[in-house]
Amino acid sequence: MTGEAIVFYLLAAVTLGAGVVVVTSGNIVHSAAALVPAFLGVTGLYILLNAEFVAGIQVLIYAGAITVLILFAIMLTEGGTGLGGRQRNEQAAVGAAVAAAMAALLIVVAVRTGWPAGSGTLPPYTPGAIGQSFLGQNILVFEGTSIVLLVSLMGAIMIARRED
Amino acid sequence: MPGLSHYLVVSALLFALGLYAVVTRRNTVAILMGVELMLNAANINLVAFNKYAAPSAMQGQIFALIVITLAACEAAVGLALVLAAYRTLETIYEDEINVMKW
Repeated sequence: MTGEAIVFYLLAAVTLGAGVVVVTSGNIVHSAAALVPAFLGVTGLYILLNAEFVAGIQVLIYAGAITVLILFAIMLTEGGTGLGGRQRNEQAAVGAAVAAAMAALLIVVAVRTGWPAGSGTLPPYTPGAIGQSFLGQNILVFEGTSIVLLVSLMGAIMIARRED
Repeated sequence: MPGLSHYLVVSALLFALGLYAVVTRRNTVAILMGVELMLNAANINLVAFNKYAAPSAMQGQIFALIVITLAACEAAVGLALVLAAYRTLETIYEDEINVMKW
């Protein structure tokens, strides 16, 4: 087993183990805290895939911002951990069956399909190539994303504002 | 040496975990956490296909970055909705938020 394979299985185990805690923990704060190792495991997978810029953004936005936002929402709503309340609805068995069937279907499709092997190589410095692409070929997407960010910012303020 | 299908399997399992959280959790914040896990699974797929299926194009990583941006927007608006629902209905359990169900 090569070093890359060992690192891959380690990162996959961290991601999926933390994901199981997120999904099953009865304490909602534990779920939110377990999001951090899950996101950091995904970051490691990005680094294995030579996507350094995506990995950096993943740490900044997911592990940093979104986790803190979720913790703030928990603190502002429930005033604690959510312990004592039932955390799962009555569809738990059906939901587990559906999720397992979905996972089995996706795994069978992913393993049995002959994916085309790409030719060529990744650019040696992907952040530079991403910057060039965002301000060149993909400028419309870039500008559209900025409008979506502005609208969602205003929408979040409007929705969360206290009526008076 | 992990190949493309290894990453796809990890992503499928992560997606299934997120789906399980979305369909079984009662707490709306926990449902949003499940959505974040599902978006992460999609991002792993995008970046893995970028490396293994089209290495010279950067579109997979570009798309992953846009998905991350939209996930941040989704989290902000979703949590604002949770706060608004908590203020007016005094609950964040999604099976008790039923004023539009008749």
